[in-house]
Amino acid sequence: MSLYLAPSRRWTTFGIFAFLFLIASQAYGFTTLPDRDMGHLQKILYVHVPAAWMTFLSFLVVFIYSARYLISKRETDDLLAAAAAEVGATFNGLTLVLGMLWGRPAWGAWWVWDPRLTSTLILFLIFVGYLALRAFVDDPQRRAQWSAAVGIFGAINVPIVYMSVRWWRTLHQIQSSPSTMDPAYVVGLRLNAFAFLFVMIYFIRKRYELARIARATEFAADQVALGGA
Amino acid sequence: MSWADDRRRIRAIAWKDITTERRSKAGFNSVVAFAVTSLVLFGFALGPEARALREAAAGTLWIALLFAGVLAFNRSFHVELEGGALDPLLIYPGRRWTIFAGKLLANLAFVGTILAIVVLVSLTLYQVPVPKAWPSVLLVLVLGTVGLVTLGTFYAAMATRTRAREVLLPLLLFPMLVPVLLAAVSASKALLTGDVMHESGAWIRFLLGYDVVFLTATLLVFEKIIEA
Amino acid sequence: MSPESIPAIEARGLARRFGARWCLRGVSFSVSAGEVVGLTGSNGSGKTTLLRMLSTLLAPSAGSGRVLGHDIVSDADAVRQNIGFLAHTAGLYEDLTAAENLRFAASMYGIKDAGIPEVLKLVGLGTVGDSRVRGFSAGMQRRLALARLVLARPRVLLLDEPYANLDTAGIAMMNEVIRGARDRGGAALLVLHELAPAEGVLNRLETIVAGRIGSPAGVTAGLGEPVGAAT
Repeated sequence: MSLYLAPSRRWTTFGIFAFLFLIASQAYGFTTLPDRDMGHLQKILYVHVPAAWMTFLSFLVVFIYSARYLISKRETDDLLAAAAAEVGATFNGLTLVLGMLWGRPAWGAWWVWDPRLTSTLILFLIFVGYLALRAFVDDPQRRAQWSAAVGIFGAINVPIVYMSVRWWRTLHQIQSSPSTMDPAYVVGLRLNAFAFLFVMIYFIRKRYELARIARATEFAADQVALGGA
Repeated sequence: MSWADDRRRIRAIAWKDITTERRSKAGFNSVVAFAVTSLVLFGFALGPEARALREAAAGTLWIALLFAGVLAFNRSFHVELEGGALDPLLIYPGRRWTIFAGKLLANLAFVGTILAIVVLVSLTLYQVPVPKAWPSVLLVLVLGTVGLVTLGTFYAAMATRTRAREVLLPLLLFPMLVPVLLAAVSASKALLTGDVMHESGAWIRFLLGYDVVFLTATLLVFEKIIEA
Repeated sequence: MSPESIPAIEARGLARRFGARWCLRGVSFSVSAGEVVGLTGSNGSGKTTLLRMLSTLLAPSAGSGRVLGHDIVSDADAVRQNIGFLAHTAGLYEDLTAAENLRFAASMYGIKDAGIPEVLKLVGLGTVGDSRVRGFSAGMQRRLALARLVLARPRVLLLDEPYANLDTAGIAMMNEVIRGARDRGGAALLVLHELAPAEGVLNRLETIVAGRIGSPAGVTAGLGEPVGAAT
């Protein structure tokens, strides 16, 4: 497998489809009735919830490809894990911001240590740590090995963090969380979930492509340095 | 390489770490001083009213321990990097996980000592009465320390060898340790106030699970990250 | 292949990059049993990097190497059991005494009855065995590092500027140790800055030029893919 990965027409088409699907799903969201309790505010969930799901999915991808890298030592596995981490961090940030935007009117404050949102914040910090590590290590092999370890451990910690934060908050208080949803919203949610999934796949693919092209360029320069001049 | 070889290597490395740190009086003592100073500062920030201090005691104890721990973990690899001793260490034949195990044991000894001092100081400064369930509190402290030291030692092996070692270790470590912090502080607080809701048992089991998961993971993965 | 004909050290197209920069671009040579080979090259030419790869401290970015027939990547532990490595820095624990440093090394090698007092006397540190290394001069530290080298009686010596900081007596000691390994059927590879101290010991010299030893043609042959890429 060479390092270079060419942009392909199929993926570009997929990308266009993904964004059109997203627009359509969001538009559908506007057509559903406002929530009984929360009014139109509840519709923020059409973005917030799928963004959260994509965050988890990204973590899963980071875990799988980090593990694959440790076994295969194939650089492309590391590059895919890193792409997923970047995309995941973005969706994570989106989840947090939207959660706070929902929370301000709903709870009266920007942050109330809601268990799910709090856990998502910690996840965000774990992503940031992963990306910071990559930024501070120059040697590609070392960077890949270390990122793989940090990625795997971070992913393992995801359910643990959720469990502990939930116990921490619910043992003493019960709070309404943004995911108590009207069943009428389920269709819109599912649509948007798929839309986000397609967009996420496209983002990861594009980021991964970029990384491979960059590495392939470096490697081509190396070939010249080694073989000739 | 046999299990006896592994044990020998672990013992040698743990002995070496403990001896070098004990002898560098300046090093270990200043970490302890830092921990105690932090507790005092927390006291100023949260007190002097006894009630407020007692409520905050468990939390500030663990925060102080976390910060002191970061210093200790950085030092545990600094000793190898300073004299270029990491190279010979990696060249001795044998399995690499033993290096981690040896350093882990040494760090457990250090952080355990810091913990004991921090507990005594907290009990005093924050006027915390020794609870009847103190063996359970001790168990919580020990299990929490194991979790802290396991991940701390592991991440320090990487962070200390980057350009940004001071900031990278806490940045990587603290989010990972949130479960430990929550569990240890919640359980301690509960036990100090009589554990009305019987939650400490669940937290203790949780800490045990956490320790088992990450002890296993770090031992398995260490050799990949130390060679790079 | 009989044991005598296995080269003590063999490098084929060894190359190493750091980030975007290639430090070594293709090193091929071999050292036979009973040979002492010197390695020279300008500053920054990659001599230390080459030595670190052969001693399994650094994985090659391309190419392969063998020590006593064992591959430095896939059979690294076997390589480590047979080599003695001396780096630029002494790599000692400053808060331990000289004797304790050696005791630690002996434990790590699994050597019982290492005869540490004798080894210390051998390198002229017999009287300071119980002093902490922190107070040692650079020359004394190098001698202690040499003592550690002697402990395990390795067959292949990989020495990075072994004569640095040593006085005449120290240089003579170092050459004794090198000769000892050679006479036992081993070999030595010395990275050298100046050739004078190694005069009586060297069999031949290899020089790194533009990151290479050996012809470029032989080097690119194995370089189709980066190390670690699945084909």
